[in-house]
Amino acid sequence: MGATGWAYVAIMAGVTFATRALPATLIRRRITSPFLRSFLYYVPYVTLAVMTFPAILGATGVPVAGAVTLVVGIALSWMGAGLFAVSGACCASVLAVTLLVQAL
Amino acid sequence: MGQASIATTMTGAEGASRGGVGEWTAPFREGLAAGLPIALGYLAVSFSLGIAAKMAGLSLGQGVLVSFLCNASAGEYAGFTLVAAHAGYLELAAMMLVANARYLLMGCVLSQRFSSNTPLWMRALIAFDNTDEIFAVNIAQRGDVRPARALGTMVLPLIGWAGGAALGMIVGSVLPSLVVQALSVSLFGMFLAVIIPPARENHVVAGVVAVSFAASLAASVTPLVSGLSEGVRTILLTVGIAAAAAALYPVPDEEGETREDVPADSVDGRQPAFEPVALSSATTAVEA
Repeated sequence: MGATGWAYVAIMAGVTFATRALPATLIRRRITSPFLRSFLYYVPYVTLAVMTFPAILGATGVPVAGAVTLVVGIALSWMGAGLFAVSGACCASVLAVTLLVQAL
Repeated sequence: MGQASIATTMTGAEGASRGGVGEWTAPFREGLAAGLPIALGYLAVSFSLGIAAKMAGLSLGQGVLVSFLCNASAGEYAGFTLVAAHAGYLELAAMMLVANARYLLMGCVLSQRFSSNTPLWMRALIAFDNTDEIFAVNIAQRGDVRPARALGTMVLPLIGWAGGAALGMIVGSVLPSLVVQALSVSLFGMFLAVIIPPARENHVVAGVVAVSFAASLAASVTPLVSGLSEGVRTILLTVGIAAAAAALYPVPDEEGETREDVPADSVDGRQPAFEPVALSSATTAVEA
């Protein structure tokens, strides 16, 4: 996949950059509407939550492993563990549960 | 002063307007430190994307370059799926737009966190790597986004993402699928680490997260809605739930801004000397 592949690369990179940079550069003024400010405040939490669940259940071959990972991730984050610690513990719990399920 | 080499590369208009190189070094290093855990997580995430890129038929150079330039898990995965199917260019562009549309919303959020003396090219450069995780790190900071810190935060994740994709394309196929599956949840772990701590502090955020989980599950099993792509569902749910939360529980200005650390007499927390335009702005003016 020679020239076609490079065209694919350009399209993927270009569209991604456009979605990230256009609002961040075109909106130069401060949004003062309390509703819009509150809306933008809540956006990251909703987006990340929606992307996490239920997708985490299907991310591994074993749904139970995904469910355990979700609980482990929430519990560790709640207790204040950092980004990398939570991430690593999630990977480890998938490994452990999957091996356990295969052994049973 | 071992940071002199870093600092001298940063003496652009921004550095000069803020009073010299010294103001760049510390926040840049702070950003580097904040980016390290993200980079390690990205290494794992982009590893599995590298495998997908190779299966899609891209060359090593193409796969690594597109990963470096995109830094977008859902977007890249959706893109590679279409590349594998030899999709048309327009179809690919439309898919990338849908898979990445949440970045339009996050870009709106980011736009509100730049100080008005941040130049356009700097806004674009920071927005270039406005990934879910880097966005989360940037907006978790008090006050305006500091360009030096934001750039520092980007460095290691960019290297981690491109390096992970390279590793995935080179050795991905020889790793056991069990290990690849385990690595695939690292992304979700990072998301949880971003949304759960604020949910613990703020009951409304906790409720918003719980409702989002429930609504997302419902949308994935409801006949008509589940037929929509994941990207479209994410946007619809985000707009709906965030709008409802904003209407029911408006955020007090300090909280949306987190500017408690500023003198009370500077209106809305900014230094008037830097802000004559922004202070007089009326509403959501979008400059074309």
